[in-house]
This record gives sequence, structure tokens and C-alpha cells, in this order.
Amino acid sequence: MSNKEIEYTTVSEVAGPLMIVKGIKDVAYNEVVRIKTSTGEERTGQVLEAFMNKVIVQVFEGTKGLDTKKTSARFIGETMKLGVSKDMLGRVFDGTGNPIDNAPPIIPEDRRDINGNPINPYSREYPREFIQTGISTIDGLNTLVRGQKLPIFSGSGLPHNNLAAQIARQAKVLGQKEKFAVVFCAMGITFEEANLFIKDFENTGALERTTMFLNLADDPTIERIILPRMALTCAEYFAFELGMQVLVILTDLTNYAEALREIAAAREEVPGRRGYPGYMYTDLATIYERAGRIKGKKGSITQIPMLTMPDDDITHPIPDLTGYITEGQIVLERGLHKKGIYPPIAVLPCLSRLMDRGIGKDKTREDHAGVSNQLYAAYAEGCDLRDLVAIVGEDALSDRDRKFLKFSEEFEKKFVSQDEHEDRSIEKTLEIGWELFSILPKSELKKIDENYIKKYLPKNE
Amino acid sequence: MIKESLKGKITRISGPVIEADGMRGAKMYDVVRVGDENLLGEIIRLNENIATIQVYEDTNGLKPGEKVISTDLPLSVELGPGLLTNIYDGIQRPLPTIYDQTGDFIERGVEADALDRNKKWKFVPTSKVGDKLKGCDVLGEVQETSIILHKIMVPPNIEGTLISIVNKGEYKIEDVIATISSRDREIKLSMLQKWPVRQARPVKEKYDPSLPLITGQRVVDTFFPVAKGGTAAIPGGFGTGKTVMLHQLAKWSDAQVVIYVGCGERGNEMTDVLREFPKLKDPKTGESLMKRTVLIANTSNMPVAARDASVYTGITLAEYYRDMGYDVALMADSTSRLAEAMREISGRLEEMPGEEGYPAYLASRLAEFYERAGRAKLLGSKNKEGSVSVMGAVSPPGGDFSEPVAQNTLRIVKVFWALDSDLADRRHFPSINWLKSYSLYLDEVSSWWKKDVGEHWLNLRNNAMALLQKESELQEIVKLVGPDALPAKERALLESARMIREDFLQQSAFHEVDTYCSEKKQYEMLRIMSKYSDLIQKAIENNVNIEDIISIKSRENIARMGTISNQEFEKKFKDIENELEQEIEGIINEVNKT
Ligand SMILES: Nc1ncnc2c1ncn2[C@@H]1O[C@H](COP(=O)(O)OP(=O)(O)OP(=O)(O)O)[C@@H](O)[C@H]1O
Ligand SMILES: [Mg+2]
Repeated sequence: MSNKEIEYTTVSEVAGPLMIVKGIKDVAYNEVVRIKTSTGEERTGQVLEAFMNKVIVQVFEGTKGLDTKKTSARFIGETMKLGVSKDMLGRVFDGTGNPIDNAPPIIPEDRRDINGNPINPYSREYPREFIQTGISTIDGLNTLVRGQKLPIFSGSGLPHNNLAAQIARQAKVLGQKEKFAVVFCAMGITFEEANLFIKDFENTGALERTTMFLNLADDPTIERIILPRMALTCAEYFAFELGMQVLVILTDLTNYAEALREIAAAREEVPGRRGYPGYMYTDLATIYERAGRIKGKKGSITQIPMLTMPDDDITHPIPDLTGYITEGQIVLERGLHKKGIYPPIAVLPCLSRLMDRGIGKDKTREDHAGVSNQLYAAYAEGCDLRDLVAIVGEDALSDRDRKFLKFSEEFEKKFVSQDEHEDRSIEKTLEIGWELFSILPKSELKKIDENYIKKYLPKNE
Repeated sequence: MIKESLKGKITRISGPVIEADGMRGAKMYDVVRVGDENLLGEIIRLNENIATIQVYEDTNGLKPGEKVISTDLPLSVELGPGLLTNIYDGIQRPLPTIYDQTGDFIERGVEADALDRNKKWKFVPTSKVGDKLKGCDVLGEVQETSIILHKIMVPPNIEGTLISIVNKGEYKIEDVIATISSRDREIKLSMLQKWPVRQARPVKEKYDPSLPLITGQRVVDTFFPVAKGGTAAIPGGFGTGKTVMLHQLAKWSDAQVVIYVGCGERGNEMTDVLREFPKLKDPKTGESLMKRTVLIANTSNMPVAARDASVYTGITLAEYYRDMGYDVALMADSTSRLAEAMREISGRLEEMPGEEGYPAYLASRLAEFYERAGRAKLLGSKNKEGSVSVMGAVSPPGGDFSEPVAQNTLRIVKVFWALDSDLADRRHFPSINWLKSYSLYLDEVSSWWKKDVGEHWLNLRNNAMALLQKESELQEIVKLVGPDALPAKERALLESARMIREDFLQQSAFHEVDTYCSEKKQYEMLRIMSKYSDLIQKAIENNVNIEDIISIKSRENIARMGTISNQEFEKKFKDIENELEQEIEGIINEVNKT
């Protein structure tokens, strides 16, 4: 009898999300386990550690109701796979990859290991096609390019979901009509939050080009560990097999990291910072690094992971490790939100590392880099002056400084702030930038080439 | 090499770490083949019959009971012509070969020679029969790329009389090219050598570095210089510019050979180097930068166990080129990932954790690595010199430098480039904090600057530093009372400091011209800025209004000095300087008239 048919009832221990099965043989590391509880309920698990005659299994749907007498385990002889097909577009799946939209099951065109394999750096194509999101602070200052992984660092109660939905709605590569798809992966968010996206996709007709993987707040936590991997396996199939431009939205990575921590704690591992496992960097990298482009392939995977910074702390391990892996970050700020500015993007700590290669002549506009650098420098200076004014009052400022102060106020009002449904072209964004520059003395525009100043700076009367 | 090899079987698998039974007789750090797919691993602990092994490839699907075979050899690299321009994974498999075998994604169990066995190289002998040769003496030469002459050397541990050597001609790397008689033994040599990565290649003696490694980065060369054969660390939070800086150093530093190790970082960054370097020209030789470069990539999604192998592989290649008499520079991005890999493996071994979970041997491992840098008198009869400079990024959690990796690194390296998130946020790049950073090579390199570039280098540099120091003190006061309250003299001083910060220390890596600044240009820029500082003080003494001084046209000219090309700067700087003098004179005269 092959191992696949044996029902082991030798569960010897259940602890937290883990279960130990003894007296087994020939079970592989990371092999999938089908578990049946004493009441006949089916669950799925995965081997976390394999010994000659015992394995440690993590149980995705939780261990509630498991016992050491009747619970049985069957090892299916392979690691976790996802059946993929183009028919997954427009469909909704749960945390273990089963459809939950009452439509017929998927007939897979291929079955793929959800852990994927690393893209060979030699095969990668460097991302450099500008994606216009219609949001000035992103397009103008932190440009997103196709194949980039650009997370949104947010805080609880901030409108990160609205922002992500707006990006999904407006994102386009100028001058190109191509097949594109959205893969939406929800980890532990509420039904309400998920619904915001679903409604939006529905309204814009994007639903049929969207594949959703949902694990909501009341779904089993440990499933969150495999969910993004399934979503990305699906995305890789769309992008590199079917040649689609795929936008992957992952939310909320904070819940993912919590699940990771739960497993680590149950295994009594030596905890790293704030109790998160020491290997969290590597683990997150195996998710984020699945974004990109490949030489000779038409499709691409662009990732927008979202996370809520616990206590708005950007040095917390979740945003911190994410920032070390992703190609920049968009940071939302409570202060701006309270001022009523949408999107409340705190420009200074934001970054897009791939921007330099995606902008300029023939891509966006020749003056883009200069405008961006100058806006940053001037806004940073204005923000410093605000702190100063708080202490010494505006009268103590020189004429020059007052102009910078005014600049920073106007910058937030005109450049940062825009309507949730306003889709600004890159030209419009740059134009606003130039209007703002006319507040400053011309001699202070040191970051921009003189020729562009002549060409673009509005001539005052 | 037909030898009955030791064979055990897997008893436990936990991520990248496995245990195998039946391994008595295997040696610590020997390489083993694991499982039916022959995954590569290395023994990291022995206990009776049980060997603990770190596996350099993904262990998914591996089963207890599968075989483990010892190769009886330590982890080694292949050395010989064909290294340059190549890109390897952490255990020296060429990524292009892996691509040919498994396509766009890296699969497991790939076997690939580091060096092409079939390629023929034009070998020109330089030794003759009868020569008494020592380790690292040169047998002959191969033009490996148009800029690097590859010296085919006697391996370090061999010494004897040359009894045969082939004629000038084309040979494959495994062809026998020479025979040496050494204590009645005849040793056949080819162009291919192997060397265990965890063992430093020997030298006769190490010297203190004395020449600067010119990097074309103003804040480095002028303010915090690194020496040829020196060590430097560049710690900083995410997005502060470590990678850009290391890329800049790999591009523009005047080393002859560059080894770039991407250790646990992004795949796209390696792709970036691969596509950019071949197009860029070395400012000194005018040749493509790729021709002097070897890349090693163990990106963050590649197996963790190969992190430290990648760094050791890199440093061994660096030592090999050093032994030919070259100045080699190695960049490692990021050493923190190496430390984290050690922590992960140590955790799986259930070792007693030290600070923040890192193993207690973290400090000694880091020291071992950086100690392999240096300027040295080489083995061989000629007493040649060569150097390995090492520059490592450190990625401290939360950007807080008090953590163990940063702290242990700072205890070893001589140059500290402290990156600062505040500066990065306001796009002051490179975001090296001038008050926190230091270089212990300043004295060593200053005589070179004095002799080769300009008499007053050290003075200019120290005055500029003092100015910046003073600025930070004044800024404390400004925060309390506002700038208006300061006397004009001090406001002028703030202006001069601002100029140094914005127009000298800042340097855009992405500007066609500004990306590289020759040492002469650096010197001249600083000299003119220092003159500006003196002249505006003079203007203040002549009662010129500070606002009039700040708004002079020359201020803008000076700000654009960095973007004036290396060819025309001497002439244009003269003009800028003249205009500055005239303008200041002009405003002083204006005041005196009234
Ligand atoms: N010298 C420079 N000139 C212009 N821009 C720079 C410079 N240095 C850094 N930057 C900007 O900062 C961004 C981040 O730099 P970089 O990728 O080197 O950070 P890092 O410290 O390596 O971050 P991580 O630890 O996450 O890898 C770059 O993408 C670039 O936009
Ligand atoms: Mg980096």
C-alpha cells in the first residue's frame, strides 16, 4: 500500500497550530497532509520538520477539535500545488485554493508548486516602463514601473484601501493596449474592507479580469501563510505563461507576519525582534521577489503589498523588513489625514527605487527628474521651517524662508491633495509642480537644468 | 579520483538544515551531496555518527532515508581565466549556465562548472625550464579581457624546479601547461586551480595601506577616504543609499579588478549591474567596466545557506587576483544578510543564542572576513605587491546602529560611512552623515593627495569639516531664536556650510557627469568654495548686507560645478572663480561708495 492511502491515526501531540504524527515513514519535508478530525471534518496541513519516523505538521485551518486518538493524517506524496488556468480570471478562491463563488471547479491547465522557484537574476529584465497611476505624489515623485514591488505603509484607520483601489482603477501604461489582470490577495482583512475592492472592481468592469484569494479576518490564521504564495503562483502563470500584465495587491502583510510569528512561537524557536522569527526577512523575500519581468516574456508582475504599521511605527519589523526588500515604499501619514488631505501620502519618507530608469525624455518628460528632485528639496526645507516657526514665529524668518514655507503649504494643497476619482496625467502633475516653483526665487531652482527652467517655468506677467 | 566515498542517510530535515546518520569519518566543512537529487551541502557539525549539514539548495520534498554522500573535499572555488565578466551564484555556478539548463527560474540540483572547460585561451609562457619557482610565481600569461592580463601562477603551496612548460599557444584550462619537480615528485599544472573558500590565500606579509582608493565620490575621497587594501562599512536603514553607493564604488573606483557580491539582496539589483556595466566606460582605461568585474549573486529569495558561501567565494576570487599583483576591490551587499543567515542556521542547530539571537561567533566570523582584506607583499620570488579592499553594507533593523552586526563591524573596519535616513528623506545623496562618519586612513592618504593633486588638500578638507561642525552648533541656536537673530558673520558662515553640503557633499549617482568626479575636480571645487567662504566674510567686514551677499549670481554657478564635465572643468572653473571675485568686489565697492 502506498503512503498516499495510509490513514495514520498516530497523532501524538497537538500544540498551537502544530500537530505531531509518529510512526510514519517516507514523508517528505513540506509535504501536504490531509487531516480528518474525529467528527469527519477535513483539514489541510504541511510538514514543517521531518524525522525518520515522526513529523511536525502545521495545520492551516487551526487545530481546534483535533485529538490524539481518532484524528487521522494522510500524506499525499507531494508539496503544496495549485492548479492554474486562464479560467481563474473573474473567480474567487479561499485560503486553500478552493473556489468559493458557487461556480464550477477550475480545470487546471497546469499544477504548480506554490513556493515557486527564484527567478534567475540573469533572466530578469530590468523594469523601466512607466505606469501612470494618475496620482501626483506617485507619478511625479515616486514613479511606479512595470514589474516593481512598491508597498503602501499605512496605519490603522488610514485610507490605504481607497488608495490601492484607486491605483488598480487608474493604472495604465501610456500608449499601450495590452492584456492585463489583477490578482487580489486578502489576508485577514475584514469583509467590509474586501468588499470595498470587490465593489470597485465591479463598478469599473475589472471584475472579470480579477482573481481573488480571500482569507478574511474570521478565517483560519495559518492559511495566511500559503495564501500569498497561491496568489503569486497564479500571477506567475498569467504573466509568464499567458503574457499578461499582472497587478498583484496583497493586503494586509501585517496579518501574514502575525501568522508567521504564531508558528514560530509554537515551535519554540528563538525569537528575533519583537517576537518575529529571525528568518522573516528571507520569508518575506520569497513573496516580494516574485515580482518582476523576464527577458523575452511579454507579461510582468507588479506588486502593491499593503501593511499597517503597528502604532504607526516605521521601524517595526514588518515595515522595516519589507522596506529592505521592496523597491521603495509609499508611506501614509496620520497628520495629513487629519488635515483632510487625500491621499495622505507623506512625501519625504516615500521612495521609488526604480524611478530613475522609468522617467525622462521619451518615457515621461525630459524635466521629470529635475522637477521631482527640486520638489523634494524645497518641500523638505519648508517642513524644517515649519518646525522653526512653531518656536520662533514667522516674523523671525527671512524673505527667502517665508517663500519656502508658503511653498510647502501650497504643495500639500495642490500637489499632494487630489480627489479619489481624479486621474491626473503626468503632464498635469508636472505642470502643478512648475506652478509651485513660481512661488520660489528662481535662483533657488538649483536642481533643475537651466534650459528646462526657461522652457517650463510659468512667466509671471 | 576513484575512492570509496562515505555514504550516510538523512534522518531529519528542518528547512536548510538536515541531519544524516552513518557519517562517522566525514570531516567538518566537507562538501556533501544530499538526497536523490544530489543537492549540494556542507557539514557544519559532527556528533558521533550524526552529521549536521547545511544545504545550499531548496530542501522541499526531501525525505528522511535518502542518501548523503561525502565528497571528502572542502567547499572550494575554481580559479583560472574566464572568471571576469561572469556572474555566479553563491557556490560559483554560472547563472548563464543554470539558465541554459533550467530556464528563467532556478531549479535544484544543477551541476555546472564554474569555468568553461572547452574554451581555448592564448597562453604565453614567461618562465622557462630550469627556473626555480615558488608558490604564486608566474608561469605565463593569458589576456583574459582586453584590460586584464591573467597571470597563470604556481599554486601557493607548491615549490620546485620547472621541468617542462608548453610553448605559446591555445590551451584549454585543464590542459597540462607545465610540470614542476618538487622533492622528487612531479607535479603537473594546468591553468585551473582550486582553493578552499574558508581559507585565506597566504601572503608573505601585510603592510599598512598608503594609497587612496579613488572612487570619484566627493564625500568619500575628500572627506572619508578609503585606502587601497582598506576596509569600510556602510551602514544605513532601508533606502538610504547603500546599494547605490556600492554600485558607484564598483563602477568608478580605481581598482583594477572588482568583485561584487550581492548577498541576500534584490534580484533586480544584480540585473541592473549586468545590463549597465558593459555599457559604462572606465574613466582611466576607457574600456567597458564589465571587463574587470566578477559578479556573485545570492539574492534574498535564493537559498539562505549559500549566503556565507557567496561572501567567501567572493573574497577568495579577490585574493586570487591580488596574488597576480592587482589592486582588487570587493563590495558585499549586505553583510547583515550573511549574519542573519548565520543566525538562522545557528537557531536550527539549537545553539545557545548570543545578543539578539545571533550566534556567539558572529564577531569572530565578521573579523575573519574583513581580515582577508589588506595590502600585502605577495608570495613568489619577485616580492610584488597587491591589495584587496573590502567595502561592506550593513542593514541594521530599524536603522539603529546599536545592533550587533553594525557594532561588531565597526570594531573591525577603518572607515565608517554612516548613512542617515533624514538626509535620504530630503534627497541629500549620498546620505553619508558628515558628523558621524570617519576614516582612519586620512593621514595615510594625505601625502598622496598633497603630492599628486594639490598642496592644500588636507587644509581645505579640515577647514570644510570644521565649518560643518560649526554649522551644526549654530543650527542648535537657530532652532531656538531663528536665523535673524544671528550676527551677519555667522549667517555668512551658515551660507558657506550650506554650499559645502548641497554642492559638494551631494552628488547625484544618476547624473551623466556628476556621477564621477575626478580627484583634481574635487580639489578645485573645494578650493573655490573655500574662497567663496573667505570672500563673503570679507564682504561682511565691509558692511555689505547679508541678503545682497546671498543673492549673488556666482552662488548659482558654484552650485552647478559638479555637472561641468571633466574635460572642460579647468577652464570653466577659472571663469567661475573670476566672476566670483569680481562680483564680491562689486558689492563691496557699492557699499563703500554710499
Ligand atoms: N548618490 C545618489 N544619487 C542619487 N540618488 C541616490 C543616491 N544614492 C541613493 N539614491 C536614491 O536612494 C534610493 C535608495 O538607495 P539604495 O537602493 O542604494 O538604498 P539601500 O540603502 O541599498 O536600501 P536597502 O537596504 O533597502 O537595499 C535609490 O533608488 C536612489 O533613488
Ligand atoms: Mg540595497
